[in-house]
Amino acid sequence: MGCVESLKYEIILRGASFKECREYVRTHCSEYYDVQPGFHIFEKAVIGVPPISIGLDGDTVTFPYTKPCYGTFLMQIDDHDEAERIRRTAPRKKK
Amino acid sequence: MSGVKGTAGKQAVLVLGCPQVPVQTSIALYLAAHLRKKGVIPVIAGNRAARLNAEVSDPDRHYTGEIIDLDRFIEDLAADRRKYDYYFIFIHNDAGISYAATVQALTGVTVVAVIYGEHFKEMAAEIEFPCEKIAVKAVHNPMPLKKKIDEVLPWVVSNL
Repeated sequence: MGCVESLKYEIILRGASFKECREYVRTHCSEYYDVQPGFHIFEKAVIGVPPISIGLDGDTVTFPYTKPCYGTFLMQIDDHDEAERIRRTAPRKKK
Repeated sequence: MSGVKGTAGKQAVLVLGCPQVPVQTSIALYLAAHLRKKGVIPVIAGNRAARLNAEVSDPDRHYTGEIIDLDRFIEDLAADRRKYDYYFIFIHNDAGISYAATVQALTGVTVVAVIYGEHFKEMAAEIEFPCEKIAVKAVHNPMPLKKKIDEVLPWVVSNL
């Protein structure tokens, strides 16, 4: 797995606050998991204010991705293996 | 190096944000210089642009020392490969808050949030996790932030 930016992604929210990302995931995704900062998604430690909500819809992973100059994006990537890995390893399923 | 009792050899990391606010690099170098005077070794973490600003401003590394990539810094903390004695997180936007929260959650220690820029009040109000805040409006002129750091740094180095 390479850098997140090299994967085929869709941007759901751009320049969003961490609260907006959390609310979107909790409202729109069929299942979500709350994780702590540092939890790895696509081999990269996730950045954010805990709890960070990660959404799953089948094989689609919805997660926040923060860049210092551009703020936080809420991204979606279709990846069966990563979705299953999150289901196996994320600490708490919320929905 | 005069140093402060108990600080010799300790390390502080200065986590820089995007360098779009002019005071960031000058304050980072100022803070690094003052930490050195107290016997604390500064390490700078930032994205490429923030690192280059620090490197070009201090070509002989009088003030800075080790300068590391921001992603590597986070990965090392998450993997428990590296720890520091002090964490100064530079914040002028929402991303800065996310990085500060991440460092606080990964380390469990009290981080120092250095909050500046046009929206410093909103940024300070957004922070709900425990930390020490140094917050002042400073965009082009570094003096208000310099004064705050002068006031707070002795306490930070002695108490955190």
